[in-house]
Amino acid sequence: MSATHHITAGFLPLLDSAILVAARERGFAAEEGIELALMRETSWANVRDRVAVGHFDVAHMLAPMPVAANLGLTPMRLSLVAPMSLGLGGNAVTVGNALWAGMAEAGARGIDDPASAGAALREIIAWRAGRGGERLCFAVVHPHSGHNFELRYWLAACGIDPERDVEITVVPPPLMSDALAAGRIDGFCVGEPWNSVAVAGGHGHIVTVKAAIWKNSPEKVLGVRRDWAEAHEDRLAALIRALYCAGEWCAVPENREDLAGILAGEAYLNKPVGLLLRALEGRVETGGGIAEIADFFVPAGKAATFPWQSHALWFYSQMVRWGQVPHSAENAEKARTSYRPDIYRRALAPLDRAMPSASMKVEGALTVPTPVGATAGKLVLGPDGFFDGAIFDPATLDAYIAAQAGAAAQEA
Amino acid sequence: MSSRSLSILVIDENRPRASIIEAGLREAGHERVTIVHDVNAIARRIADIEPDVIVIDLENPNRDMLENMFNLSRAVKRPIAMFVDRSDQAAIEAAVDAGVSAYVVDGLRQERVKPILDMAISRFNAFSRMSRELDEARSALESRKIIDKAKGILMRSRGLSEEEAYALLRRTAMNQNRKISEIAQSLVVASGLLDGGGLP
Repeated sequence: MSATHHITAGFLPLLDSAILVAARERGFAAEEGIELALMRETSWANVRDRVAVGHFDVAHMLAPMPVAANLGLTPMRLSLVAPMSLGLGGNAVTVGNALWAGMAEAGARGIDDPASAGAALREIIAWRAGRGGERLCFAVVHPHSGHNFELRYWLAACGIDPERDVEITVVPPPLMSDALAAGRIDGFCVGEPWNSVAVAGGHGHIVTVKAAIWKNSPEKVLGVRRDWAEAHEDRLAALIRALYCAGEWCAVPENREDLAGILAGEAYLNKPVGLLLRALEGRVETGGGIAEIADFFVPAGKAATFPWQSHALWFYSQMVRWGQVPHSAENAEKARTSYRPDIYRRALAPLDRAMPSASMKVEGALTVPTPVGATAGKLVLGPDGFFDGAIFDPATLDAYIAAQAGAAAQEA
Repeated sequence: MSSRSLSILVIDENRPRASIIEAGLREAGHERVTIVHDVNAIARRIADIEPDVIVIDLENPNRDMLENMFNLSRAVKRPIAMFVDRSDQAAIEAAVDAGVSAYVVDGLRQERVKPILDMAISRFNAFSRMSRELDEARSALESRKIIDKAKGILMRSRGLSEEEAYALLRRTAMNQNRKISEIAQSLVVASGLLDGGGLP
């Protein structure tokens, strides 16, 4: 690499900023001739605004954010693309101790069993409603977030109406634990390490995880302004290669301690190393002991960084489901093309890694790790199932949306 | 000038800065200005105040919560958009540069809102400048104090006059291409170590 490119990336202090951080701190960006500056932000709104005005060239973004921007759901006009995912999984649902005590009594089992936790929660909600109690309040980090959609999906699939039976509010990740401790909320869905922070503080109990609600599901993406991506094709391709290799490094078990040490630094997450290491290992302290979770956070392998257009469409289906946007063929197309596997493939071609041949897949079709068609070498995907056994086939998007609306109508 | 005055809500955890924005808005003839420092339980305040314009500092981690609230019809009766105009890129840039963001209710005419945003931006910038100057003044004062201390040490240990002590510090700084305050700092630390003073 001859020339050095400067790239400034915004991020929020979350475990899944790992790939960006490793790319800078372990030389993967430098190898591609990139001087990567990382700027920590305090809100997703700031990340969006600073990308819009060009303070940031790229950013760690919630996976549905580019879709929402392209659908005109942001308060400012902004066209974004997601040429890469920054890993799979990493979130959990935590509830306050009192609520957990009730749920445990009502039959909630391990965190790999969202159905039992949901059934227990439903029982408590019915019991409270019968006594005229206030609705339980759950927090997510943003209306256009994997957290909001997986929390609602889990609740709805367990017979709890997220609009009517509970209240859903927004709280920034670093303030979740305090809000729970102060009793302003009863539970939340957030990325690590903020669940573990609440448990370590003695304020909550982890009831289930994203990796159980929807296995190997998308969480953060690299978000880029469309015009920037078009004007800096080579620079973006180099960054994608650097991030891909950083992801591979993050996935090596022997590197986790080093990675946890870097992430714990003041400029990044500024949290205890041990807490971060456990999350990287998929060993989560629930409040009732350590639970080992398969594919808790996946930074590489299983096409973890591939921007599946079926992921974009599933987020879109949930935006429609919860009334954020009306469904139309035009909107669905805007959502699908927010994710750009073409840019990803072109960027990684020189590395000769195994990449999916398809740009969409049937979500929930794989119940076990399965070899699939790939461009080079061997690629194993999945499992990618929803906990309720439902299938999302992007080819039958209309039917999926209609079925969800029908289920809601029947409930009401 | 037929329409009623606008209701403006300023959300800023930095009290001095919030005050100078409020003062600026009042000077410009806005009477209905509300300042909120703590965003907990703000939904009710917003419902009471019914703001036409909301100004918030970018350091506030609760922006996502507020934007979500603006989207819920329960809290805000009229839809709220960001900034003066969704396509006014220059205004957005100036605001983000200054560290402030503004939301306005839909349908508000641009010429009514632009001066408010401009005011917020200029007051935010002025506040940053003041903070910077204050920091500089503080550090200048610190330097003077440390130089006085170093002079005292030299006067005592080498029997120099104040002028001679200062000249020695200045000469050393020039020879080493460092600031006088840095040389003074080193001397004070070294002297403390030699005396055993300040050591545990």
